[in-house]
Amino acid sequence: MVTDHPETFHNQGPTTVNRMADLTMPLTPAAGLFTANEAKVTARDVTVHYGEKQALFGVSIDIPERSVTAFIGPSGCGKSTFLRCINRMNDTIPICRVAGEIRIDGADIYDRRLDPVLLRARVGMVFQKPNPFPKSIYENVAYGPRIHGTTTSRQELDEVVETSLRKAGLWDEVKDRLDQPGTGLSGGQQQRLCIARAIAVGPEVILMDEPCSALDPIATARIEELIFELARNFTIVIVTHSMQQAARVSQQTAFFHLGHLVEYGATEQIFTAPSDTRTQDYITGRFG
Amino acid sequence: MTDAALDPGAVRAIDLASDASRARLRRRYRAEARFRAYGIAALAVAGLFLVLLVGDIVIKGLPAFTESRVTLTVTPQLSQVSTDGTTGADALRGGDYAAPLRASLQELFPEVTSRQDRRRLFFEILSGGAGDDLRRRIMADPGLIGRPVTVSALLDDSADMYLKGRLTGRVERTGRGTLAISGATGDVTLDSPGAFRDTLATIKKALRDEAAAIEAAAGRVAQRLEALPVGDPRRATAQAGVDADRSRAAALRARAAAPEAPEVLGTDTPSELVAVNGGIVKLTSIGPSQAQGRVLVPLGTAGTVSEGAWRTITLLQPEGSRRLTDQHIAWLEDMRAEGLVTRHFATRFFTSGDSREPELAGLLGGLVGSLLTMFVTLVLCLPTGVAAAIYLEEFAPKNRITDLIEVNINNLAAVPSIVFGLLGLAVFLNFFGLPRSAPLVGGLVLALLVLPTIIIASRAALKAVPPSIREAALGVGASHQQAVFHHVLPMAMPGILTGTIIGMAHALGETAPLLLIGMVAFIVDTPQSVTQAATALPVQIYLWSDLPEPAFQAKTAGAIIVLLVFLFVMNGLAVVLRRKFERRW
Ligand SMILES: Nc1ncnc2c1ncn2[C@@H]1O[C@H](COP(=O)(O)OP(=O)(O)OP(=O)(O)O)[C@@H](O)[C@H]1O
Ligand SMILES: [Mg+2]
Repeated sequence: MVTDHPETFHNQGPTTVNRMADLTMPLTPAAGLFTANEAKVTARDVTVHYGEKQALFGVSIDIPERSVTAFIGPSGCGKSTFLRCINRMNDTIPICRVAGEIRIDGADIYDRRLDPVLLRARVGMVFQKPNPFPKSIYENVAYGPRIHGTTTSRQELDEVVETSLRKAGLWDEVKDRLDQPGTGLSGGQQQRLCIARAIAVGPEVILMDEPCSALDPIATARIEELIFELARNFTIVIVTHSMQQAARVSQQTAFFHLGHLVEYGATEQIFTAPSDTRTQDYITGRFG
Repeated sequence: MTDAALDPGAVRAIDLASDASRARLRRRYRAEARFRAYGIAALAVAGLFLVLLVGDIVIKGLPAFTESRVTLTVTPQLSQVSTDGTTGADALRGGDYAAPLRASLQELFPEVTSRQDRRRLFFEILSGGAGDDLRRRIMADPGLIGRPVTVSALLDDSADMYLKGRLTGRVERTGRGTLAISGATGDVTLDSPGAFRDTLATIKKALRDEAAAIEAAAGRVAQRLEALPVGDPRRATAQAGVDADRSRAAALRARAAAPEAPEVLGTDTPSELVAVNGGIVKLTSIGPSQAQGRVLVPLGTAGTVSEGAWRTITLLQPEGSRRLTDQHIAWLEDMRAEGLVTRHFATRFFTSGDSREPELAGLLGGLVGSLLTMFVTLVLCLPTGVAAAIYLEEFAPKNRITDLIEVNINNLAAVPSIVFGLLGLAVFLNFFGLPRSAPLVGGLVLALLVLPTIIIASRAALKAVPPSIREAALGVGASHQQAVFHHVLPMAMPGILTGTIIGMAHALGETAPLLLIGMVAFIVDTPQSVTQAATALPVQIYLWSDLPEPAFQAKTAGAIIVLLVFLFVMNGLAVVLRRKFERRW
């Protein structure tokens, strides 16, 4: 039941981004907005078992670079499971077995020689519930660069922290209280702090598992805006239960059902003319 | 997946107005009220016992924190305080510093000449260590020799306990009416119209009570006698005993029945002392208006004194069953009346080691022993315990072997402490040949005892750290170990420290294993290192509790107070740590 239509969105996705981006900000040519999007993440026949229970059945997908890809589907269909395969977070679950092949920029991430810890520095993750470290705002963002040694001086680190917070749209709100605990921020701010923390290590892909499900509509709108902007530099994969959110932020949408990738294509197409009846039923709210 | 399940008929609304529903509500309220009442009752009972326990210990232990001294003016002679007539440090150290104190006491009570009285005055009123303070002062400044020096000399433990009112009940009254005394020394007659009537009545009542008690006991024996077969030889002897008791009781009753007849005061009745004209008379026989007495401390003059210028002191505990005679007490009362007796905070209790003399015994040895032991325990336990907990909780593969280890750690936590003591005896002393009674071995044994507690508490603390923090760290590319050491461990630290402190508090109060490895010896010197012989605080309590002197009983309770204070402080520290590091996430 795998539906791959890479050609259908390769031309449409970025155009959408550009058009909408035009309205909100000046374009910088360096941001690479006009380049055609290559497949950043390619998965082939990915199967996941939790012990005896199979959670994913032969998922194959190509996720294009510098765009937002949304995973939708009813609860328990394996969206999070697949997302966690992309940064090998599932390795931490002892009973979880992953088969198949996932490549990022053509390199097999399940290669024995590859260090999953380094992979996770390249593939950042934002979780459903905001989970800042119980440390200062500064330390939250600085932690990643520190352990990876990407900065050499305090000054550089300060810069990285500032840029990350700016990119996450949080700088203006917290610049005067960087030494205060990150846990003291509001839920939406905490989630943006987590996003800043993820981008501080300079990842190429950012995985977001229902990043707005614990937030109110205003905070959600801010995060969505942010996601939209981040897509200029990062490849973003987002799991969401909100059709509107998927429609608003993503260029591609993948619909999962009972562990199968049922349908995958340009967001517009999935929402306007789905080819599978199950997708149709889900989108129109007939089940799930 | 959607509208398959809910059949609207399956859900029935609750009829809140129905009787059954109201009754159910009332039942629920009653059950809740009952539960609250049980809880409060349980708390009240627990609180009551706690108050009783702590109150009892505090009342018993307070005397341990003060000591009585007598202020004496002494003129130390070189011949007394120096062994060879020079003022070299060695010569001065060996000197007899009690001698000038004795001379001063002799001046205070010049009438004391008999061997027995001198022994009592010099060795049973003054402490054996009374000269120590004077030695310190003279060694610091030999120029004091030959000049009058005011010293505050430590009193013996029995004298101290008497002055604190712990040796006998004591009732003091101001004398009623005038009092005529026939002499200033020796045996005297005291006349005072009606002044002794009350005392006499009390004595007569005591006689009546005693007669009744004897009669009751004799009656019981007589009843059991009836059960014996006629002709049993025991019958005759028992009957004789009963008859003797009955006649004794009859005699007592006869004495009690004559209210005006004088009574003789002996060593088995409460003592009556009369303080008058700067001296003390002990009454030997008492009538309503006249008493015979013996002078214990000479009076300034004989003759008649007016109302209110004399007082009586009743010592409720009969002389025969207390540690100080009336003579001792008369001297103490006299010194007290002259304002020579002072009460001081007993720093000695914290700064000296154990001693056979209660007034000289202190906690320092036990305290230092306990500290050294705790130090060894902590150094061994904290790193091993935390490391074991981290490994087991975070890194160990989950298999049979780790399961087995886990079960056995839990088992170890339940092993009685005395078993660890036996283990320590067998392994550390007999096999490895470590020194007996040493804090090192005590610490090793207690470490075994505390280790499981620390491991279990640390694992619980690690487990309580929310997984989202671990995921967050892994998500930014931290390795498992980095996630554990940078984030999980710091968040678990308050829990780990709390567990450690509670474990250490447990170890601090532990006695049984220390007894087995020989930390129970009588040790005067304060240990300087972990390999020297030492006791520990709870062992010191155990040792003192075995001694008969009432002063040691007070010391026992005092040491318990100190131990409890330490435990409270440690537990308080645990609470503070938890509060301080507790963060919400
Ligand atoms: N750690 C785990 N151990 C065992 N089974 C798991 C585990 N995590 C997920 N599963 C199972 O795998 C299946 C897919 O779960 P997953 O979390 O990927 O669903 P999801 O699509 O993210 O659902 P939701 O939208 O509710 O988050 C579910 O049936 C779930 O029960
Ligand atoms: Mg999920």
